[in-house]
Amino acid sequence: MRKSLLGAVAVAALMLPGAALAQSGTIKIGILVALEGAFATGGQDGVRNVELALKQVNNTIAGKKIETVVAPTDTKPDTTVRMARKLVEQDKVDLIIGPLSGSEGIAMRDFAKTIPDKVVINGISGALETTWVDPAPNFYRFNLDGSQWGYGLGSYVVKKKGWKRVATIAADYSFGYTNFMGFAVDFCKSGGDIVQRFWQPLGQSDFGGIIAQLPDNVDAIYLGLGGTDAINFLNQYQQAGEKTRLIGGTIMADQTVLTAKGRAKDALKGTPTSGPFSADNKDPAWTSYVKLYQESFPANQRLPSPSLFGLGYYTATLAAIKGLEAAGGDLSNGQAKFKEALNKLQLDSPVGKITLNENRQATGTVFVNEVVDGPDGNMTSKMVDKTENVNQTLGMTTAQFRALGLPSRDAVDCAKLRAGG
Amino acid sequence: MWTERIPAPWWVFGLILLLLPIVASDFWLFQIMGWTFILGMIGLSLMFLAGYGGMVSLLQMSIAGMAGYMVAILGPSGAANVSLGLSWWIVLPAAFLIAALFATISGALAVRTDGIYTIMITLAIAAAFFYFTRQNYSVFNGYSGFNLVLPPQVFGVNWRDPLPFYYLTLACAALCYGAVVYLARAPFGLALQGVRDNPRRMAALGFNVTAHRVAAYALASVFASTGGILLVWQNAQIAPGTIGISSAIDVLVVAVVGGMRRPLGPFIGAFIYVLLQVFSTDILGFFGFSADRFKLIIGIGFLAIVLFSPDGVLGLWDRWRAGVAARKAATTGGGP
Repeated sequence: MRKSLLGAVAVAALMLPGAALAQSGTIKIGILVALEGAFATGGQDGVRNVELALKQVNNTIAGKKIETVVAPTDTKPDTTVRMARKLVEQDKVDLIIGPLSGSEGIAMRDFAKTIPDKVVINGISGALETTWVDPAPNFYRFNLDGSQWGYGLGSYVVKKKGWKRVATIAADYSFGYTNFMGFAVDFCKSGGDIVQRFWQPLGQSDFGGIIAQLPDNVDAIYLGLGGTDAINFLNQYQQAGEKTRLIGGTIMADQTVLTAKGRAKDALKGTPTSGPFSADNKDPAWTSYVKLYQESFPANQRLPSPSLFGLGYYTATLAAIKGLEAAGGDLSNGQAKFKEALNKLQLDSPVGKITLNENRQATGTVFVNEVVDGPDGNMTSKMVDKTENVNQTLGMTTAQFRALGLPSRDAVDCAKLRAGG
Repeated sequence: MWTERIPAPWWVFGLILLLLPIVASDFWLFQIMGWTFILGMIGLSLMFLAGYGGMVSLLQMSIAGMAGYMVAILGPSGAANVSLGLSWWIVLPAAFLIAALFATISGALAVRTDGIYTIMITLAIAAAFFYFTRQNYSVFNGYSGFNLVLPPQVFGVNWRDPLPFYYLTLACAALCYGAVVYLARAPFGLALQGVRDNPRRMAALGFNVTAHRVAAYALASVFASTGGILLVWQNAQIAPGTIGISSAIDVLVVAVVGGMRRPLGPFIGAFIYVLLQVFSTDILGFFGFSADRFKLIIGIGFLAIVLFSPDGVLGLWDRWRAGVAARKAATTGGGP
């Protein structure tokens, strides 16, 4: 008796997916997000922002109720694909919003090809390859990629600051290369010269060797580091008595570094950086979004202002809502109407207008910010410039951009670009 | 007949596993059961070393990863500038051989130590291998690793489809399980258990203690490599994160939770581990908690098992059976 009961329970458990099938009146959205490891705080902000965007439409689109399922990852691509498969096969979601980090994005591009009837809208992952090399027809990215985030900074430092010779120190992994590439393309084309490149392994805390090797006759040093690596570098840089001006990559001067304890961050004063948003942007689309974010959650359950990750997930959800509305909530026939609507979408996001190219990659605005003293003794960043309509090929033709090669340690031949090649 | 020696419940169990695809969905076949068998095989290699050889090695995930990496490096993958794209019948033997070599060399280093020092030295090798793969771009393709590593289309079957993959992992797991059961009773296995219990006496009897231990590492590498290769095929990719320290510890958790004393233990541990990993957010959601605390459920689950039964789930089962037997003995007034 006992055994047969157990058997019945086991069979019922195996049949569960059938029972969990979504009713026709609802649309299920899977949120694929890192909630463990270095990006956990950013991931939580991502979930918060998906909820925020859905709350604006009362969790209803085209008369259909929206349900969400969160699938947590640890930024390992293995886990990401596993959780995505669970979302599709077990939870029967209609579309996935995510993932958060670069290598996850590439894994999801490959996974998306195995689920052609569903739509995947990128959360905030920024690897160039995701939508550049062999892109999946059902993978959409409404945020700019890592190389786009670096664009605009190079011409700014050459033209406005007059810094033409730089040495670079960047993190020795894909995001480091990609973000550096955007800066380098723009910088070299504007007439700048990169005299020396250093690559620092992720999470290695000793920068003594590199600091000793830094050349003296440069106008500035480009830093493509982030988080604790950035803080460690700045500490050792100051202790070594170095005073050369700095240029920051996108994650160099984010809130984690600027609000860190100690004097390390003082070295960043006056450092220009670039990225997909500017905290003090005066554009009403941005200010109203920040206000909405701050009013929707109590202060202890949110960050002071939306993070990069939160913004990405918010924009992705916004795109999903607009696309579903345009399709009238019709997800039949392999979601054909929804896909078509997304392809044509001109999204009014908090950071300006976003359109997609033929690889379903966003074209949008990149902001240049400068680190200044904040009102509360902390550092903050001030918007100084912006470049609109930055596309995936950074203003070049597809063939020219392809000729640069994929992001790597030696990608971007500076002399050749300077000469107009 | 050897078939007569296998008790009836095993036949039923085997039949259930063989017929599972009739009721189970693709997700259960590919994701839950496939992953269970894979993790079980890697756990089994640890169980073999720890249970029969008394050597707790945190290296098994690295050995599995080495085999997986070799499949990606020697065979075709998405990273075409690094992968050599050789045929599978060269790639697979080479992957097993290189992983076995890695295991033998590491084992030769580790067997000079005992107890906690074995754990330390194997952890050190695992960590070194992890950081090496993350920073070496010419062979291991660094941080991004390899994607689009797909199993070969042998016999015209796509082995990554849920049904073929289920039977493939099931067959491999059954073979590994059978091999360990056989080895445990073979002269080598008995000598190994002797070495575990009293190395000095075994040495006095003329057994080469060190050689037995190193050979155990080499043998265990076969089970780990099988799991590692299947893992790469299941995920279609491998990156340093796959073989990180946390993964190495996960293998230990799998073996401990299931029970280290019998080869079935790691498979049971793997099944529990996979269920918790996949469904912990649903459990939290069911009770109305926010999903970002999903590690809590996993932690509590493992803690509970280890607290109530230091020798894993199999230990619980043994004690329950002993209890039943004792009660029966009490009612029948004891027996011979």
